[in-house]
Amino acid sequence: MARPLVSIPKSVRRGDIFDIRILIAHPMESGQRRDDSGRAIPREIINRFICTYGGEEVFRAEFFPAIAANPFLTFSVRAVETGMIVMTWTDDLGASQFESAEIIVT
Amino acid sequence: MRAAALPVLVLVLLLHALPAAAQKRSGYQDAGPQVRAMQDDDAANPGFLWVEQGRAAWQASPPGGPACAACHGEIAAMRGVAARYPAFDPARGVALDLTRRINICRTERQSARPLASEANEMLALTAAIGVESRGMSHRIATDGAMAAVIARGAALFNTRLGQLNLSCAQCHEERAGARLGGAVIPEGHANAYPEYRLEWQTLGSLPRRIRACLTGVRAEPWPAEAPEMLALEAYLAARGEGLAIETPGVRP
Repeated sequence: MARPLVSIPKSVRRGDIFDIRILIAHPMESGQRRDDSGRAIPREIINRFICTYGGEEVFRAEFFPAIAANPFLTFSVRAVETGMIVMTWTDDLGASQFESAEIIVT
Repeated sequence: MRAAALPVLVLVLLLHALPAAAQKRSGYQDAGPQVRAMQDDDAANPGFLWVEQGRAAWQASPPGGPACAACHGEIAAMRGVAARYPAFDPARGVALDLTRRINICRTERQSARPLASEANEMLALTAAIGVESRGMSHRIATDGAMAAVIARGAALFNTRLGQLNLSCAQCHEERAGARLGGAVIPEGHANAYPEYRLEWQTLGSLPRRIRACLTGVRAEPWPAEAPEMLALEAYLAARGEGLAIETPGVRP
């Protein structure tokens, strides 16, 4: 998996709701296609995404084969404390991609 | 004398204004609101995955040669380059698009292998160079040696091709704005390449898009390296003169 593009504000006011928007490069091979010689191309998708904020899980997504390549996710989180936002993508091969960003709560 | 000169001046101004960009319609305007929103937001535009890869490749030295940045400096120095390609290379006596230009740099200066036009590394570089010209008018040289290349492209654009016996112009000029199935037929401008097509689920070059049209009319598609392809690319750029570069565009 390649490095994702992550859009998180640098700082927010306590109690405010902010958006996390993330885009990751992945072929999301559905397992339904065949190659030029007729062999089935094995499924290889990101199947799980977890986002934690200050160690606590705030968002989780399960992915299925109908999701397009290079999946884009956006969700909202309420600012409580300054802390690390850690995002983890896991694919069918068991490979994981981590990305983290610090958010400052004022 | 003065009274006569004024209407002439107005006429001259009118003639210059007629083919202005205002009358040309970028494919962006024919895309749906969701697709336009993806293109408008750099954080949601998947083309930026390639742009980021291209910016990293710009700084990285290939084995046995200097990095792009070693000769050209920061990639911001590439502002305006994509807006004037395809261009004529007097030293080699041929017209080049950005893909060919990068491959010449790779083989002659970086002692690296040339990249295929749809290779991810190539798309990443053309996207990263192209995005530097975003918002600038696409304006290639149309005089001198480029005139013949563009004329050849114009002839191809108006030539009926394939089992369906259709020319590019029959769809993209005569029927632009009409529908083909559920989709609006765009004017077929080249101002957003390489572009992310949801249909492809990846970034792709203008030659790839032209090949899709050629197979659509059941003609034998030219390879990306064919001189016909370059002539058509040059003509499309000249035809869309004045449109703002949108690289990396998003299309349905």
